[in-house]
Amino acid sequence: MTLKLTSDRAGIAWLGLLALSLVAFPWYKGAPIWQGPAASALSEGMSGHGWLWPLIAIVVALGAATFTRKWQQSNIALWLTLGAMFLYLWQGFAVGLRGPSQAWVGGVFEAAADGQTGLGWGGFLAGAALVGLLSDLIASRGFCRGERFASFCITAIVAALTAFVFFPILKLGLAAFVDTDGNLALGTFWARITAPDLWGLNCLVGGGRCGVVINTVILGVLSATLATLLGLALALLVNRTDFRMKRALRAISILPIITPPFVVGVAIILLFGRTGLVTSGVADLLDVRPGRWVYGLPGILIAQVLAFAPVTFLVLLSTLEAINPTLEEAARTLGAKSMKTFRSVTWPLLRPGLAAAFLLAFIESLADFGNPIVLGGGYEVLSIKIFFAVVGARYDLGNAATLAMILLALTLIAFWLQMRWMGNKSYVTVTGKSDAGLASPLPGVLKIGVFAVVLPWVIFTLAVYIIIVTGGFVTDVGRWDLTPTFQHIVTAFRFEFEDGLQLYGSAWDSMMTTLWVAALAAPLTTLIGILTAWLVARQDFAGRRAFEFGTMLSFAIPGTVVGVSYVAAFNVPPVDITGTAAILIICFVFRNMPVGMRAGLAALAQIDRSMEEASQTMGAGGLTTLRRVVLPLIKPAVFTALVYSFVTAMTAVSAVIFLVSARHNMATAYIMGRVEAGEYALAIAYSAVLMIVMIVCVVVIQGIVGTRKLGRRKELQGKGQVPEPAE
Amino acid sequence: MKTTNLTAILVASTSLYVAAPTAAQAEELVLYCSVQEEWCRAMSEAFERETGIEVLMTRRSSGETFAQLAAEAEQPRGDVWWGGTGDPHLQAAQEGLTEEYQSDELANLQDWAVRQAETANYRTVGIYAGGLGFGYNSDLVEENPPACWADLLDERFADDVQVANPNSSGTSYTMLATMVQLMGEEEAFEYLATLHNNISQYTQSGSAPIRAAATGETAIGIVFMHDAVAQTVQGAPIVAVAPCEGTGYEVGSMSIIAGGPNPDSARMFYDWALTPEAQEIGAANNSFQIPSNMNAATPEAAPRLEDITLIDYDFALYGSSEERTRLLERWDADIGSLSQ
Repeated sequence: MTLKLTSDRAGIAWLGLLALSLVAFPWYKGAPIWQGPAASALSEGMSGHGWLWPLIAIVVALGAATFTRKWQQSNIALWLTLGAMFLYLWQGFAVGLRGPSQAWVGGVFEAAADGQTGLGWGGFLAGAALVGLLSDLIASRGFCRGERFASFCITAIVAALTAFVFFPILKLGLAAFVDTDGNLALGTFWARITAPDLWGLNCLVGGGRCGVVINTVILGVLSATLATLLGLALALLVNRTDFRMKRALRAISILPIITPPFVVGVAIILLFGRTGLVTSGVADLLDVRPGRWVYGLPGILIAQVLAFAPVTFLVLLSTLEAINPTLEEAARTLGAKSMKTFRSVTWPLLRPGLAAAFLLAFIESLADFGNPIVLGGGYEVLSIKIFFAVVGARYDLGNAATLAMILLALTLIAFWLQMRWMGNKSYVTVTGKSDAGLASPLPGVLKIGVFAVVLPWVIFTLAVYIIIVTGGFVTDVGRWDLTPTFQHIVTAFRFEFEDGLQLYGSAWDSMMTTLWVAALAAPLTTLIGILTAWLVARQDFAGRRAFEFGTMLSFAIPGTVVGVSYVAAFNVPPVDITGTAAILIICFVFRNMPVGMRAGLAALAQIDRSMEEASQTMGAGGLTTLRRVVLPLIKPAVFTALVYSFVTAMTAVSAVIFLVSARHNMATAYIMGRVEAGEYALAIAYSAVLMIVMIVCVVVIQGIVGTRKLGRRKELQGKGQVPEPAE
Repeated sequence: MKTTNLTAILVASTSLYVAAPTAAQAEELVLYCSVQEEWCRAMSEAFERETGIEVLMTRRSSGETFAQLAAEAEQPRGDVWWGGTGDPHLQAAQEGLTEEYQSDELANLQDWAVRQAETANYRTVGIYAGGLGFGYNSDLVEENPPACWADLLDERFADDVQVANPNSSGTSYTMLATMVQLMGEEEAFEYLATLHNNISQYTQSGSAPIRAAATGETAIGIVFMHDAVAQTVQGAPIVAVAPCEGTGYEVGSMSIIAGGPNPDSARMFYDWALTPEAQEIGAANNSFQIPSNMNAATPEAAPRLEDITLIDYDFALYGSSEERTRLLERWDADIGSLSQ
């Protein structure tokens, strides 16, 4: 039984789904799905929710329109669908939880005074069906050259981005202009945004504290500068010297990516805190009183540089590798000393890489939440301030929204600078011409400098990770009571067998939720990311540039801002999903999707279109070509996207911290609570377990995805061996 | 072919309809807990074992939990708020965020616990009590240990005292209210402003300062005395001090959240948490408060209220919404904004 969704059948199917969603599924949340028609939009409409009638009426009209000839190309169908979409949105926003949002709605519909809850099964299904119907209609009118599958993907992704990226940000922007009672208050906004504790410059002119915005920028600039320098040193070491342990160095630099937040901060406290190993050692040596210097700017700086150096390292390494060695060789041949060559040839060519690395680290520093909250002391930054405005004792969403807008503006400025810097000048050195020259070795002075920077970093990183690995298995690492024990693991992960498996450990709930959320979010993220990449790279459609830019924008928004915006947008109907696992998954999918997309774009760029064209010539549709031809060829990108989204879902904290609830707690939020309460050992033990779980999962993902099999004959590749005669 | 498929779908969907309701009936309790995590965990586990009701527990400071209740007022997601200082519980009662309930155990409770319930029109109840004080690290403070509030202003403790932020922590708000009652408001804020010079950090959690003192990150932590004692019992070089001028105390409280998702489980927990057996769980988990049930054994190490010079703490006034908001706003303006 093959039922092909050809031309008009697809449209009818979407319309049928739409009708079904209105009559056969519960429209509102809370009603279980088996209540079916009894709680559907139709019966709700009959029992007083009159604002649902216009939507039902227009869907009936759409049904009537299908009897006309070529209804899919007709203007009537398109306008009716757009009208249905409008009415769908209107019914959601017209009536809030506690009553109508506009006075006239209350006047027309009496029941509006009782309010309505968020959308449920039927409501969401109707939204999906409307999107599908619209995609079908525009495809019939020639969008995407009539390719239904591509048209649906684009419409669905645009709808999802609008709902889960732009709508929350818009709602957050509005929240900034509203006072605690919900009235428009420009005065309050002005007072909030000009507050002296935001912009104060006291610390620069001597004495006093700076405003939180200034603090954030100072931290960002310092941390990005140091991280870029360290990254440059590492890149030079790997690319321009005969250093032997290059592989080990690369491995170490991957570690921060799978390290849960907070533990690095804790390890730094254990090393440099007042009773820390290093501080007390130095204090004993010099016979001074150990201080609390690490709390505040210095501590956050150390932690951030440690975390961001791998990113800058990778960026600068690729820049260094791309510099055409013939240029340096030419300089040497013309008689320049190695220092002169480095200064006048290598350095200028490195500049765009340096700028990119600096801005990346700057943006990461703005978004960082875990390190400042552990090591901040009295040093306040925006992400922390936003957090306490929402979660702290003074709940003030308006203030949080204002601060979030400032943070977003800073980030977007940095992104814009990066684009501008990279866009204008030409640094092309890789051309078609021969680049068989030899890169000039590093000047002696620089080499010593590089080692002087890298060596302490290696020792420090090792010290931090030794603490992370062992700290969870000793009695109290905070007081340096180093008796080995499994007590903390038992506290976290205890289980018993009495009528089946009973999980009593305190960490089980968060661990299970985290694994579930990560396991569900990773494939979804990958799917949407790769699909987006395929659409951008392989489909021609109006608004492709804007589409690409829109998807990247969701990546630029700092996690804290995303978290607050979700609280602002999804705490009330129509989409009332705070406190569910769905909001966590959605948050991860749309935050990490651009990474999958980038990976997909890079992979697709290497693959010639002719294979897909061949597939299509032979009669395969868009979906079949994607599944049978494209996907097997871009397996490495799929792997990257899966691993990245999985690992991020397990270690991300800045957005999640706003979205967790008693029912759905995440590992990182749990660890944060333990760190705050001073239970360092438990936090470290849990983190160690998380890291092991992540490594195991990455291996499993590798096994599932498998490797790309290109039909090349191995013997002919590489090392110039003589091909053996076939048997 | 077509019919078989249809039948399969039909069977699958009916089984979904039948199976789903049973799955949704699992009993639960969403517990907002504001004492030490260790104690929260033990309580949740004990209640789970006792009743089979699954407990979903979050630990947050009492000020933060209060803010959460206010933020969730439209759609409450928690059932019981257990533990934490009494003032935010009273404020929640006053603002109608919590529900009136009188347990049968009320007759067996200490006076102060019943008084707490009466103040709130039975929207909350006392579950434990403990005096405010401070603890110092005896490795760091060897001579001339501090014995009074006034001693904390000493210059030798510069950058060496920690206390929580009264906005987030009930402990710290109790200190603020105690100072105002002990000295008068103007003098109290003067004292806090001077003390500010010695404060290294205002933490979020009320008991974090004593943990920092235990590891030597700070010399003195201003906390409830039972939190200091808990560190001593665990082997940290901490000495708990009852300040000589007199001090305030807390009546740790419990409230049922109005409109919570599982009201039956909430009442069951409420009744259970007031029994002597449930109240004795604290002592086994390094929490040395004085239990409110007269039949529950007071832990050996607990600082007795009789041994402390207690002020006559006005819970009704300082737990009221207006006074609490006013004092916290003044603290933000006068103390929170000072440079560090």
